[in-house]
Amino acid sequence: MRLKALQSKFLLTAAFIAIGTGNTNAQSINEVQKIANERGLSTADLLAAAKTYTPTGMKDEYVIFSSGGHSGQVFVIGVPSMRILRTIGVFTPESWQGWGYGVGNEILDEGNVSGRENRWGDTHHPALSETNGDYDGEWLFINDKSNARIAVIDLRDFETKQIIKNPLFINDHGGAFVPPNTEYIFETAQYNVPWGADHAPMSDYKDNFRGAVTMWKFDRKKGRIDKAKSFAIELPPYWQDIADAGKLASDGYFFLNSINTELATGGFGVEGEKNPPFEAGVSMNATDYLHIIDWKKAEKVFEAGKYTMIKDFPVISLKDAVSEGLLHLTPEPRSPHGVDVSPKGDFVVVSGKLDPHTTIYSVEKIKKAIANKTFSGQDEYGVPVLDFDSVMEAQVEVGLGPLHTQFGPDGYAYTSLFLDSAVARWTLGGDYGKLNPEPDWTLVQKTPVHYNIGHLGAAEGDTVDPDGKYLVAYNKWSVDRFVQTGPLMPQNFQLLDISEQGTEMPVIYDMPMGIGEPHYAQIIKADKLKSWSVYPEIGWDPTIQAVNPWAPRPKSERIERKGEHEVEIFMTSVRSHFTPEHVTVKQGDKVTWHITNTERAIDATHGFSIPVYNITLSLEAGEYAKFEFVADTPGTFPFYCTEFCSALHLEMMGYLMVEPAE
Amino acid sequence: MASFIDHIIGPRIEQSDRQSHAIRYGTPGFLLLLARILLLVSLFVPYWHMELVAPQYPENLHLVAYVNHLTGDVAEIDSLNHYIGMRPLGEAAQIERTIGVYVMILFVLMIELASWIHSRWAVVLVLPVVLFPVVFLVDLHLWMSHFGMNLDPDAPLSNSVEPFVPPVLGTGMVGQFKTIATPGLGLILSSISSVLILVGLFFHRRAYLPHFKAMKAEKAG
Repeated sequence: MRLKALQSKFLLTAAFIAIGTGNTNAQSINEVQKIANERGLSTADLLAAAKTYTPTGMKDEYVIFSSGGHSGQVFVIGVPSMRILRTIGVFTPESWQGWGYGVGNEILDEGNVSGRENRWGDTHHPALSETNGDYDGEWLFINDKSNARIAVIDLRDFETKQIIKNPLFINDHGGAFVPPNTEYIFETAQYNVPWGADHAPMSDYKDNFRGAVTMWKFDRKKGRIDKAKSFAIELPPYWQDIADAGKLASDGYFFLNSINTELATGGFGVEGEKNPPFEAGVSMNATDYLHIIDWKKAEKVFEAGKYTMIKDFPVISLKDAVSEGLLHLTPEPRSPHGVDVSPKGDFVVVSGKLDPHTTIYSVEKIKKAIANKTFSGQDEYGVPVLDFDSVMEAQVEVGLGPLHTQFGPDGYAYTSLFLDSAVARWTLGGDYGKLNPEPDWTLVQKTPVHYNIGHLGAAEGDTVDPDGKYLVAYNKWSVDRFVQTGPLMPQNFQLLDISEQGTEMPVIYDMPMGIGEPHYAQIIKADKLKSWSVYPEIGWDPTIQAVNPWAPRPKSERIERKGEHEVEIFMTSVRSHFTPEHVTVKQGDKVTWHITNTERAIDATHGFSIPVYNITLSLEAGEYAKFEFVADTPGTFPFYCTEFCSALHLEMMGYLMVEPAE
Repeated sequence: MASFIDHIIGPRIEQSDRQSHAIRYGTPGFLLLLARILLLVSLFVPYWHMELVAPQYPENLHLVAYVNHLTGDVAEIDSLNHYIGMRPLGEAAQIERTIGVYVMILFVLMIELASWIHSRWAVVLVLPVVLFPVVFLVDLHLWMSHFGMNLDPDAPLSNSVEPFVPPVLGTGMVGQFKTIATPGLGLILSSISSVLILVGLFFHRRAYLPHFKAMKAEKAG
């Protein structure tokens, strides 16, 4: 890290000293000044450029894994260059990767809802797998808010391996979040419905609509969620919003806020209805409820068999959750959005978007209040409510519309301010107080961002060991920041340099995000990622992360007819030809096509596409893929390599001949 | 017959004489032992490297030849070579690679034997060993010429590449590739071994020549 910093300093220094060298190609600082003048760049701009400019071959220090919102994908971005490194196809088909056009179809089908294909998603909250509360760079999980699904992505090949549909609810927001050792992936409902999204009239809201948190057991060895060892806990229909897992001091706990403790059912807009719209109905109470869930206790209750099967899924009832003492509530400022646990796990920071304060809860006080049963009452579902004053540690006035909080290594917390359109830096108290010169629980600096910041991410800023240095404001609006590209504007990812203490916290880069509408994104140190450069062996099947015995090898290419109407094709691809180049089948044949890219060179990817049949694959070096279709349309179809693989790429093609039936 | 064998293996030295002139008789023995060890060690290290430099391979392509096998980016080089119609590298020098290790062991035995032969016939025994590094390079050159000059006329790029022979040592150009061929540690060890054998033989001869002459004179007398 230090070396990189030195290198970027060296950049500027090099520009300064170059004037003194006798080199005929010497570039002088005068030229830098000349261009700066021409382009109207200030010294601060040049400094920002020196901090972010990443010349060819230099690699980024950090990597952002960003949700894509309703693009349904994940984006991978380098920091500080803010260059998009790649997209990962998740809930939405993506033709460059062939995702959903021949490969990944079975995985996408796992996410079918009530038997229907749902070929998009609304990705909100990525969660990198953790070991001892720190990112380990092995797995990435992300939710789909619109259909309550969770996807598992393997960071060896950056491909989605599993999509799992929640059987209980149809909409999630508090996911994906993981405890410090990724034993589970938490997913909580947002817009509540009756179990399984069955039909019920809105008048049944209070009695039949339910919230829940699902604890998906993650089998790290298999790299899959193990549904058989997963369960859920029933919650009141409070529109549970976002969540965070406890760590260190709060290990074993799971914190979850809620918006609609009013139990508003909306109904605005239809003539004769007198109900207030949701936006008003949901914002009436002065406080909503922070949910405090003892998940380690819940695991024991589940293992003891104290659950009921609902929609074929084990659920710990609200009644049992209360009687077993694994669920407590405490008031939080109304309509909260972020709930974030501090690095040592000792504080929980909640921001109510309609309250200019962040509210900080002490985990020690929460534990004490639970032990002493310091309740101010119970809610209408009988859940005990911890007395607010007994668990609250501090409130810090940070500005208007506070949403989410991240942490630095030096006792600073950073909160996004949606209405102020700014990032606030403020100080934590307790053990963190001595890490910076400012007094505890105080606002230090507000840096304007452009515009309407939603989430924010600091380098490893939600782990037990935040790095500081960089913070990215994930702004929702860009308004006037970029060249107009029609009325649909890109979002704006703004990089802030948070390496200095105090009030110095400048924006140093704007990155238009014109491919999705990201929500949360996590920032991991790049050297923690151990990605493959080619698949380990020829014939590698990414869906099982092993060599597939069916994978065609050089010299084993063939076309096999299996019975009257079935054909199996075994094909290889290598620069610059497919083997075989002629494939002839009969109309109506069920075609099973196996193909292996036998390349071993880094980046020697081949594409494979067949017109009319809607097939396109990306075959990375060593990869095996299988796809099936019924050759119902007769004709002559050139298949070809879609990836410009070599000098003779255009020649890399062949013909699929579908002979008409008699 | 016995006299012919005597003539070949040369005079025998008394144990007492050997002990009183340990340096004289020990030096050639030691040098030839060292030569044998170096030859054996060379079996386990590369004899020859070729590096292929091109813009799209930032870490270059590598070819590494051992006495008995070829490693490095063989698959990638083969896949590039198929464009110009060159046969797969695995088809080259198959016999040499199959018998290489046995020949080397034979060499070691021949040196062993040579150190027991106190006549000039010792030279005949070690000569193939001494020449081995040169033979290795010549053989390699012949294979490269054979492959480079006999390209498949039906290959995709057969019209755009003239037959070629990259230098067996030093740099050359093929298409966008710069080839850099360098001797490996094995070749260096076997070359040192050759020098050691020659020096060893010099001392060998010096130690045994008087005895040989004496033996001859005795016979003549």
